[in-house]
Amino acid sequence: MSVTIKDVEHIAKLARLDIKENELENYTKHLNSILDYMEKLNELDTRGVEPLFNPIENTNFFREDIPVRSIPREEALKNAPARTDEHFKVPKVISQD
Amino acid sequence: MLPYKNHQEKLNLIKSGKLSLLENVKYFLDRAEEKKDINGFNFVFKEDALKSALDIQKKIIQGNAGRLAGMVIAIKDVLALKDKQLTCSSGILKNFISLYTGTAVQKIIDEDAIIIGKTNCDQFAMGSSNENSFFGNCLNPCDLTRVPGGSSGGSAAVVAAGLCDAALGTDTGGSIRQPAAFCGIYGLKPTYGRVSRYGLTAYASSFDCIGPMTGNVDDAELILSVISGFDPKDSTSMNIEPALSGKDYEQTSKYKIGVPKEYFAEGLDTEIKLRIEEYISFLKNSGFEFVNINLPYTQYSIATYYILTTAEASSNLSRFDGARYGFRSDYEGSLADMYTHSRSEGFGEEVKRRIMLGTYVLSAGYYDAYYRKAQQVRRLFKNDFENAFKQVDLLITPTAPTSAYKLGEKSNDPLQMYLGDIYTTSANLAGIPGISIPAGVNKQNLPIGIQFMANHFQENKLINISRFIENNFKNGK
Repeated sequence: MSVTIKDVEHIAKLARLDIKENELENYTKHLNSILDYMEKLNELDTRGVEPLFNPIENTNFFREDIPVRSIPREEALKNAPARTDEHFKVPKVISQD
Repeated sequence: MLPYKNHQEKLNLIKSGKLSLLENVKYFLDRAEEKKDINGFNFVFKEDALKSALDIQKKIIQGNAGRLAGMVIAIKDVLALKDKQLTCSSGILKNFISLYTGTAVQKIIDEDAIIIGKTNCDQFAMGSSNENSFFGNCLNPCDLTRVPGGSSGGSAAVVAAGLCDAALGTDTGGSIRQPAAFCGIYGLKPTYGRVSRYGLTAYASSFDCIGPMTGNVDDAELILSVISGFDPKDSTSMNIEPALSGKDYEQTSKYKIGVPKEYFAEGLDTEIKLRIEEYISFLKNSGFEFVNINLPYTQYSIATYYILTTAEASSNLSRFDGARYGFRSDYEGSLADMYTHSRSEGFGEEVKRRIMLGTYVLSAGYYDAYYRKAQQVRRLFKNDFENAFKQVDLLITPTAPTSAYKLGEKSNDPLQMYLGDIYTTSANLAGIPGISIPAGVNKQNLPIGIQFMANHFQENKLINISRFIENNFKNGK
């Protein structure tokens, strides 16, 4: 499997990253060298092996459903790059017309 | 030089009036200023530290102080401390102020430790040399032309340079142990689940661990005992005894130690290899039994590790979008443009590379080939270690294939950089604990680290063997 510049552009779009024209080649080269190396895993027969998602494998952990206070609104808005009194402010999502 | 060897001695000196905690904290603050060129601290909390020193000194004299009373600790800048900056050494969080304090940090504060500052690291803990920081490189205090290791490079550097008593680091694939080895200190990565991750900015959630970085075994043990335990805010945290050595220290010389031959193969620096052999003969002469062990999957650890951690990272770091916190780009456009430009301008190169890699291995058509495959191999790693620990109590290995390398030496070749993690990533894949202990220096005067690994929740064995060596091995330098 070899990654092309077009693939890199597609992945960048999925990852919400803007890779500059002049960086595309470098990204493609680095990704390919790393992915080539990862092909090593195909040497291993893993048929029937259960995937391991978490090293401790503790099963579902439940607690009592007791409501507790969370971060107050004013605190939560403290780090906002743009805000109104009560909300985070972002560019308009719905157009006027 | 400090007039004490470990925290207990420091406490005794303060209690007997021979040491003023305020003077001690001033000494560290002055020294941090003096050694600014190392660039180990992102932030120093001078006023807070001085105030705490006065308060805690009183508590110590009154006899109602906590277990870490007066220990001056630096914390890696991926750990949350309320009302202080939490930058992860990144541009995207350069102005972020933490709304709460993470559990491990709160626990050391509750035991009256003094937090002197937050340490430099690779951006979002992604890196092995501390060369990926928005705040610039951190330098190795043993040789300023070399890297301190990473990603907890700042934490290792400030401890090694004597700018504080100890530090907290985090370890996702070796980020506590490798910098500890490069700087000549102790670095303990606990079992996954031993320490709550609440308040640790997630890189790869099923790998990340918080642990102590110290100048001696006692302090590592003490800090671990404080930060361990179940936390309702982290459902993967667990309360399992024993974390500590204590009265089972006499059992130490009965430990059977495994030598995995895969960790001594091609690529290992000769001086490091010889040094470990020296330690093995010393331990053999002290009555320890050694067994050869096979860990055949070792050669697959880097590939498995980087598939799984970048996948987890691409998901974890999707929260940084410029909407609610962090850097927002000035670019004028749609909401989607805001996300894309804030992320592209805010993240560093290595972070973007890992997000790209992680997005790729999770993308449609490649999920099974990479991500699922790697998770299956992760199971094989865990089985491998489980089998090994049926035969032995501990494994002895190098911490890293080389000593600290020159700044810039590997920074242009990501794969070469990744391969340096060959001896540390396996412990994170299996979730087992590991410690790097200082084992003298090489001919160039650079520290050498030796790693011990133990089975899940057997940090006591790591502490015991480290203490045994610290007490009995005299030819390390």
